[in-house]
Amino acid sequence: MARKASIWILDGNRAAAQGVKLSRVQVIAAYPITPQSPVTEKLSEFVEGKELDAQYIAVESEHSALAVCTSASMVGARTFTATSSHGLAYMHEMLHWAAGARLPLVLACVNRAIGAPWNVLNDQQDSISQRDTGWIQIYARNNQEIIDSIIQAYKIAESIYVPVMVCYDGYVLSHTEMPVDVPAQEDVDRFLPPYKPHTILDPANPKNYNLVTLANPRVNAEGVLCHGYMELRYLLQEALQNSRETITTVGREFGELFGRSYANMFWENRLDDADVVIVAMGSLAMEAMVAADILREAGHKVGVLGLRVFRPFPKADVAKALKKSRLVVVFDKNISYGLEGATCSEIKSALYGNSVRAVIRNFIVGLGGRDVKARELVDAVNKSLLSLKEGDLNEEYPEWICAI
Amino acid sequence: MKINAVNMTEKEYLLPGNRTCPGCALSLAYRHILKALEGQVIVTVPASCLTVLHGMYPVTSVTVPCVNTPFATTAASATGLVAGLKVLGKEGLTVLAIAGDGGTHDIGIQALSAAAERQTDFLYICYDNEGYMNTGNQRSGSTPLGAISGTTPILGKQQNQKDITAIMEAHGIPYVATANASYPLDLYEKVRKARTIRGTKFIHVFVPCSPGWGFPFSDTIKIGKLAVETGWVILYEVEDGVFRLTAASESIAKRGSLRPLREYLMEQGRFKNITEEQINELQGWVNTRWKRCLDRAVNN
Amino acid sequence: MGTRDCRHICGESSPAVGEAGKTGEWRDSFPVIDPEKCLLVRQNKPSCFLCWLYCPDAVISKTIPIQINMEYCKGCGICAQICPAHAITMVREEGLCLDETG
Ligand SMILES: Cc1ncc(C[n+]2csc(CCOP(=O)(O)OP(=O)(O)O)c2C)c(N)n1
Ligand code: SF4
Ligand code: SF4
Repeated sequence: MARKASIWILDGNRAAAQGVKLSRVQVIAAYPITPQSPVTEKLSEFVEGKELDAQYIAVESEHSALAVCTSASMVGARTFTATSSHGLAYMHEMLHWAAGARLPLVLACVNRAIGAPWNVLNDQQDSISQRDTGWIQIYARNNQEIIDSIIQAYKIAESIYVPVMVCYDGYVLSHTEMPVDVPAQEDVDRFLPPYKPHTILDPANPKNYNLVTLANPRVNAEGVLCHGYMELRYLLQEALQNSRETITTVGREFGELFGRSYANMFWENRLDDADVVIVAMGSLAMEAMVAADILREAGHKVGVLGLRVFRPFPKADVAKALKKSRLVVVFDKNISYGLEGATCSEIKSALYGNSVRAVIRNFIVGLGGRDVKARELVDAVNKSLLSLKEGDLNEEYPEWICAI
Repeated sequence: MKINAVNMTEKEYLLPGNRTCPGCALSLAYRHILKALEGQVIVTVPASCLTVLHGMYPVTSVTVPCVNTPFATTAASATGLVAGLKVLGKEGLTVLAIAGDGGTHDIGIQALSAAAERQTDFLYICYDNEGYMNTGNQRSGSTPLGAISGTTPILGKQQNQKDITAIMEAHGIPYVATANASYPLDLYEKVRKARTIRGTKFIHVFVPCSPGWGFPFSDTIKIGKLAVETGWVILYEVEDGVFRLTAASESIAKRGSLRPLREYLMEQGRFKNITEEQINELQGWVNTRWKRCLDRAVNN
Repeated sequence: MGTRDCRHICGESSPAVGEAGKTGEWRDSFPVIDPEKCLLVRQNKPSCFLCWLYCPDAVISKTIPIQINMEYCKGCGICAQICPAHAITMVREEGLCLDETG
């Protein structure tokens, strides 16, 4: 067990920066964007002030930021970048490239809406839009989870060679101060071993990476059959499929050392006896717990499933956790246009074939910084309960909590 | 010791049986670039004909370590390599970023400009075949006025190329140079010199492209030489602000004069529809640039 | 047998000659050296080597006389053009069938 708590008052961005520093990151490349900018400033300060022995590269774009991290990681450096919104969108090509090359990068996404029109406030459209790039996505509910998740992210990424995106809500967390238990450096050093790259960039053993790869397998000069493009893609999927084990093991080890366990893919709040479950991701899961309190007082058996790991999506665990529910109300701070909120789709797919009879309702909330009050969540659940009674079960599209 | 064909090392870093077209000037130039670096290099390469040269997984034609990187990111990738090597305390390797004109003049210029502004310690080589050859010969920011390409198919390009070496010189970097595959010794010397200089080094290497430009591949060297003899390409280097003509350009400046540009243009199918007016415009462009170089050169 | 035996988790390539196959098969003509004319042979010392210097495919040996690796020579003819002594001539490959259906 680690030494006693060292409580600091930190906003989310500073918590992230502390996590990066404690992880002894070696190359940082980032480009400022609201609301992530303070992360870049804080990390520059650490590097210039020699508190962190790293190279800080003030790049000219997010696309370059991730290209710097990608190549630095290939020579064997532990890297970090952070961004939001348009910055993450601008990285899209490099997100695929980094995952495809199996580089254990860690990226903090400070969740923000995407234009047009301009909006600097919070929702989760940015990271959700990148869900198919092969990155693990972890969402934090509070600032403690930000620092803890970043430290764990390196251990996860570097043990299975899959990059990890740690997402936290802009302003709601990034600019809100909270007490945070900051781990001691020597404990983090015990937890997180140095990075061992799988790539070799050495003139004495010259390898080339990411050359054109054919559709079909091809033999190398020694006659060994090597992958085709599709086999490499399969291995990435396999790594994500199997990563649940690593994520929960790392989270458990973290708990043993620091007293805060993350041996879960999602947070369960009073699910044991709940027949109505609210699903939310990120800081919204906190608000959902307040709503559940209110609903419990009114006599409903309500629990909260707070999604923590969105990729890989814990289908089996979710199905198990929702087994007893008759109503699942999913709140999404994103929208897959023409369909529904992304987490709602995932929940539905998790339940398919698992004989869970629950009715699923989806509400789109909090886009572009629109305040989400616990009261509104309560109303949405009540409304869903009502429609349940009236037998109006299947809604094709989600309902939006807005003024239209 | 001045380098020549006799004393140059036999050691090769580019293996036979690679994927470049017969008579590829890029292949020739790259062969000498790697020799000059004695293999002590990590290379980063974006989408281009050079990717094709490097080979297809799981085999490469090159015996130096290399990362492929997305089209726009060559200089950013190099920055990452430099930063990684530095923080890990690995010394003695040159980071070579090498991209085509599309990857340099066009999509990669932002990352390149920024890396130069940050004074990143690396060598950037733009090999210029004056078009997007990998995707089948479309126009680039380096395609000349009047040249036919996949995206200037009938009229030919209506604008002339940009002077990328001048743009890079304006970044105030310690070394910029031009070179040409037809003058491999001059190229070799420049790479060898660049290797010893700290900071951002930029070398522009002219590489005629037989299928793209429309000349027989046996004429690759001849076309490259004609480019210099007519002043389309001027061989020079600028070291800490000191401008020096080199190789054939130096000889022409000292004794002789440029041949008419027309002789160069007429050898190539891509200029088959060029107008007299355009030829005159290009000749004027060449004359102005040549005069500027003569004025600047300390060895004229 | 699957492809796992290669143990790669990303596209990692190793160097080998002939990545594109026997590129000599691409030739439509091939270089023939007349050693009598070659400056190296005539002077019997390392002197010229221009063909070696200019071969884009590094298939000419730096020996006296020079030797060309015909397995990989693409037949570009650059060596023949560059040779100051006209010691190399390009000869058409026999049995070439230019008809694509052939
Ligand atoms: C973002 C992106 N856009 C387009 C392409 C397609 N592409 C691949 S290579 C290439 C042209 C390369 O031209 P250049 O840099 O001049 O090199 P060359 O092929 O002539 O050697 C293009 C357009 C790409 N790979 N990535
Ligand atoms: S024909 Fe071309 S490839 Fe063959 S040896 Fe001569 S220069 Fe080299
Ligand atoms: S270029 Fe001609 S003379 Fe010179 S070494 Fe080659 S064959 Fe001999």
